[in-house]
Amino acid sequence: MNKARRNPLNLFAAHAILLTWTVVALFPVFVILINSFKTRKAIFREPLALPDADSFSLIGYQTVLRQGDFFGYFQNSMIVTVASLFFILLFGAMAAFALSEYRFRGNTLMGLYLALGIMIPIRIGTVAILEMMVALDLVNTLAALILVYTAQGLPLAVFILSEFMRGVSDDLKNAGRIDGLSEYVIFFRLVLPLVRPAMATVAVFNMIPIWNDLWFPLILAPAEETKTLTLGSQVFIGQFVTDWNAVLSALSMAILPALILYVIFSRQLIRGITSGAVK
Amino acid sequence: MSDRKPRIRWHIVVFLAPAVAVYSAFMVFPLFNTLRLALYTEVDNVRQFAGLENFRRLFFDPLWADAFWNALGNNVWFFVIHMLVQNPIGILLAAILSHPAIRFVSFYRSVFFIPTILSFVIVGFAWKLILSPIWGIAPALLDAVGLKSLYAPWLGKEEYALTTLALVSVWQFVGIPMMLIYAALLTIPDEILEAGEIDGITGWSAFWKIKLPLILPAIGIISILTFVGNFNAFDLIYAAQGALAGPNFSTDILGTFLYRTFFGFQLQLGDPHMGAAIATAMFGIILVGVCIYLFGIQTRLRRYQF
Repeated sequence: MNKARRNPLNLFAAHAILLTWTVVALFPVFVILINSFKTRKAIFREPLALPDADSFSLIGYQTVLRQGDFFGYFQNSMIVTVASLFFILLFGAMAAFALSEYRFRGNTLMGLYLALGIMIPIRIGTVAILEMMVALDLVNTLAALILVYTAQGLPLAVFILSEFMRGVSDDLKNAGRIDGLSEYVIFFRLVLPLVRPAMATVAVFNMIPIWNDLWFPLILAPAEETKTLTLGSQVFIGQFVTDWNAVLSALSMAILPALILYVIFSRQLIRGITSGAVK
Repeated sequence: MSDRKPRIRWHIVVFLAPAVAVYSAFMVFPLFNTLRLALYTEVDNVRQFAGLENFRRLFFDPLWADAFWNALGNNVWFFVIHMLVQNPIGILLAAILSHPAIRFVSFYRSVFFIPTILSFVIVGFAWKLILSPIWGIAPALLDAVGLKSLYAPWLGKEEYALTTLALVSVWQFVGIPMMLIYAALLTIPDEILEAGEIDGITGWSAFWKIKLPLILPAIGIISILTFVGNFNAFDLIYAAQGALAGPNFSTDILGTFLYRTFFGFQLQLGDPHMGAAIATAMFGIILVGVCIYLFGIQTRLRRYQF
């Protein structure tokens, strides 16, 4: 195991690999970000140079803010992501509690039914989902996206949360019952606070795919006023494809929220993946 | 539920109802409805039952079959690249990170995961710009190491575009297998490795003979996750090459084929029934993959409890 410690060549190779991949992973993001602050000339003359007093320019950002409603897109993405996460966590935790707490006929079957969706992607059902949203008059509303993402996130949420809820002590719940608390109070007041770490894991797992999804916004809500940030930047970049300043600035503005969210939640995310995911 | 007992425990119903309702209405029902719609066709704006006609057209009618088999073949190649490049790199990075002599592990882990959190739109366009011959970053970098002759406008060439996009996707998602394998490697108790060390198994041979067999279940999981993700992929190709999956459909995979067929593009009108047939084919492929994993691979892997 400690051969590398004795063998400096191995350790050197290991560090070389890690540093190489660090550069590979960060290089595209870095290039986009630095060039978004440069004049058009500088972008092409010295693409790898940092912006300096001479080459610094915000013209791309000005175009983006003038031409695209990025704050509106951002707001739509926020609404969709936060609302979906809220419903995934609330409904998922309730169902997980029912499955892990009570013995009733059909419990296992219900668990299997809900778990089915973990492996089968919801996109397969798109044709019928669109037909249904047309019938419900929900096309081009954020509600359509929220409903679909909630349905998509529930299976894994129920699975992870019920694993966690089995670990909550029975004594605590029974003490609550003896005190005359209703099952609802036991769930909301006693159990939910105890599974908060698992809820955070579920939230972080779902947040990234919902925020980044292009498929459902494209199909269910492509109207200007319901565009999410992902779809909005895709359309914007497609229209401004020859305006490099604008494209690079739009990309940077799409990268930024994702990076900020990641910096806030990365510990939670990594802990979630490394603790519970491999069973 | 509890119909034998005198009273129904309503709180169970209340707890289950919202999740079951949303999941059934917006996931399970549309899924089966899509499979059902694949059996219909539209004649003069009236929906008619057509049996397996859509599938016959999809698999055998040259008008559809060429595009379908092309997309399926491309999708298989897309998956093969991920299995051959993404997962080995993920395992290598995880193996290095789990080594006790390596420091700054959490820094590296966080950095390697950054591409994974970016949207396909960002990743697709960013790489498109970097590889573009107009901007010249890729040729300049190759020039710096004396390999300029290797440069080609990869995304614009039929023979390279798909492989290039698959490698971009590998770049984006390498963080996931790395994390899962890393977690699996951490669960191996030191006693086992020390026992191996006493028997003279160290370094690489400890990895091959002790660690690798122990992380096979995790490798199984990342394989099936990769499989489902790849046969359901769409966003990256759409963002980088558009719905036509150019050049000349060389990067067309099932997701983009489904989108074009179902939603229509340029002169072709959307056809929900053929779209449903393609979705059904994708469902079948994913189902076969998941079943092979669950019954063929997972049950045969020996699991070790420590």
